[in-house]
Amino acid sequence: MQLFIEQSLNALQMSFTLFLLATGLTLIFGIMGLINLAHGSLYMVGAFVGTTVALKSGSFLLGVGGGIVGGALAGVVLELAVFRRLYAQDHLHQVLATFGIILFANEATTLLWGRAPLLVEVPGWLNGSVKLMDGLSYPVYRLAVMAVGAAVAVGLHLLVVHTRLGMLIRAGASDRAMVAALGVDVSKLYTVVFALGAGLAGLAGILAAPIQSTQIGMGEQILILTFVVVVVGGVGSIKGAFAGAVLIAFVDTLGRAYVPGLFKLVLSSTVADALGTSVASVAIYLVMAIVLIVRPEGLIPEAR
Amino acid sequence: MTTLSRYTIGLLALTALASPLRAEEALKIGFITTLSTTAGYLGEDVRDGFLLAVKQGGGKLGGVAVEVVVEDDNLKPANSRQIAEKMLQREGIKLFTGLIFSNTVLAAVPAVLENGGVYVGSNGAPSQYAGAGCNKYYFQTAWQNDALHEATGALATKLGYKRAVVLAANYPAGKDAIAGFKRFFKGEIIEEIYTRLDQTDFSAEMAKVRSLKPEVVFQAHSGGQGIAFLKQYAQAGLKDEIPMVLSEPSLEQRTAAAAGAAAVGLVASTHWNTDFANPVNTAFVKAFTEAYGRGPSTYASQGFDSALLIGAALAKSGAKFDRDAFAAALAKVDVPLTRGGFRFGPNQHPIEAWYQVKAETVAEGKVELKTMGQILDARGDSFAETCKM
Repeated sequence: MQLFIEQSLNALQMSFTLFLLATGLTLIFGIMGLINLAHGSLYMVGAFVGTTVALKSGSFLLGVGGGIVGGALAGVVLELAVFRRLYAQDHLHQVLATFGIILFANEATTLLWGRAPLLVEVPGWLNGSVKLMDGLSYPVYRLAVMAVGAAVAVGLHLLVVHTRLGMLIRAGASDRAMVAALGVDVSKLYTVVFALGAGLAGLAGILAAPIQSTQIGMGEQILILTFVVVVVGGVGSIKGAFAGAVLIAFVDTLGRAYVPGLFKLVLSSTVADALGTSVASVAIYLVMAIVLIVRPEGLIPEAR
Repeated sequence: MTTLSRYTIGLLALTALASPLRAEEALKIGFITTLSTTAGYLGEDVRDGFLLAVKQGGGKLGGVAVEVVVEDDNLKPANSRQIAEKMLQREGIKLFTGLIFSNTVLAAVPAVLENGGVYVGSNGAPSQYAGAGCNKYYFQTAWQNDALHEATGALATKLGYKRAVVLAANYPAGKDAIAGFKRFFKGEIIEEIYTRLDQTDFSAEMAKVRSLKPEVVFQAHSGGQGIAFLKQYAQAGLKDEIPMVLSEPSLEQRTAAAAGAAAVGLVASTHWNTDFANPVNTAFVKAFTEAYGRGPSTYASQGFDSALLIGAALAKSGAKFDRDAFAAALAKVDVPLTRGGFRFGPNQHPIEAWYQVKAETVAEGKVELKTMGQILDARGDSFAETCKM
């Protein structure tokens, strides 16, 4: 039982990280119609800038701020310089251009920081584990990541439902042309949305830094999973991104934890270990396929 | 005169001019390596170690002027093969080194060997070229893949552990790592856990390890995955509960530095460390640090050692590259390396010693590896006996 609770907590923590990335991606696609493969690069930039700020200032909190600002600034610069020209293009051009940006971002990061992975430690006050129940202690830092993710989810909900900007975002996601026709400065709205999405990606990057390894190419690893979340949740929908993130994280984590064990009931140990892992790793794509068949618009599609 | 014949004469004149020049041209060495992706720092270190030796020789290896042509394979087997073919056909390169990953080795090396080239490896060393598939023109200067993990199996046995959980990524090298560990571990493996190659969060596996309560954990993740694993293991509070043994790629100088406090106290097997006290190594560590502003890793030492070996062979076989003379000279080479004792076994893979290292804090926030004694002496690999050359 403790094991199941621990695995569920792991899944929940992964959900929040995926959610931070997927929100930005889904907003950018939903509102600007842009397929942004370089979203992972913003995650990487957030991790590198945040880590550097944390190392130079000695404060992890400042590092988190640096990650958000670094991601958002990189996003704005890219939006003004490149993406703006892509909105009217077809998706193939967008994929090509944003793929080019991945290569460019990796090379630029190599030039600035070098190829060796950077080290940022969990700050002292978040280090260690806390005992949740008998036989179950959980790393404080992961709990903190969940708390930040939950706060962002609530904050986004308030922003989208109760503010003028949120209204514009919702309107933009449902009907771009009409928003422009009503006299809204669409290009400014696009830049703001991009900064928001990129800042969240940067936040995800710096939050992941102490758990994972801050290094070149870290964005591509998580990008595919993020796209799966967006597709499963429903393109353009923040609620969908949340639902998709939770579903994918649970399927992935619990699959890794329990599928090899299930195979062991019928197969020899070594075969079951390897085969179980393979099946567990396709599980999320299986879920994606099923969702696409049953609900092609995603779990919670944006109302149109 | 027709245009065609004018061109022909022009071309003849050019080749006549070019050929005496070419005789004095530097010997080109094809250095195909991985410089991008998350594993880019591996290739960078092997390359920098190799180039340091060339620089120390004043642009020469073993008295022969060399030009090192470096290309990045992007960790894609198809790329490594394409680059090898291009270098062979268009640039006439015959001597190759630098590949990092076994899958890129398996793709590029056949092209090299079939087209009159020699390959001198300094990292990825798949079993395919160590056993029945060994080749007169294929050398490995670092280790054989399985030997890395056999040494760790021997280490776990030496430390008296009886029940182990082993983890590795679910791909050929990961499975080889576990097979290698099992070959030399005398205790019981209570569970084998395979992870995804693109996985960076291991919380599910950590929870499983905790519930299995083994005496020791062996895991063979390297690079960024390895760093993430070490950090998460410590954060989950497992480092103080269940000891972990590692192989060289999972705990080398750079992963130890990047994992920081999470690495302190962990033990690993290795064939080289910064603190080896032989004169070649002392000079190498000093020169590398001065040249690049960072300390060397095992990868850097491998690059440097492979250059020393190539240099010693070139000194005997001469400036005009001859495949057979070079291979014969290299097979019998005897030159002091940064790692100390070394010779080629019957399959042209290393026979060398393996050592135990431990990660220790040397200054605030600075973690280094300390050598704690030998695990195996003059160890070859498990495939040499099936090699008929």
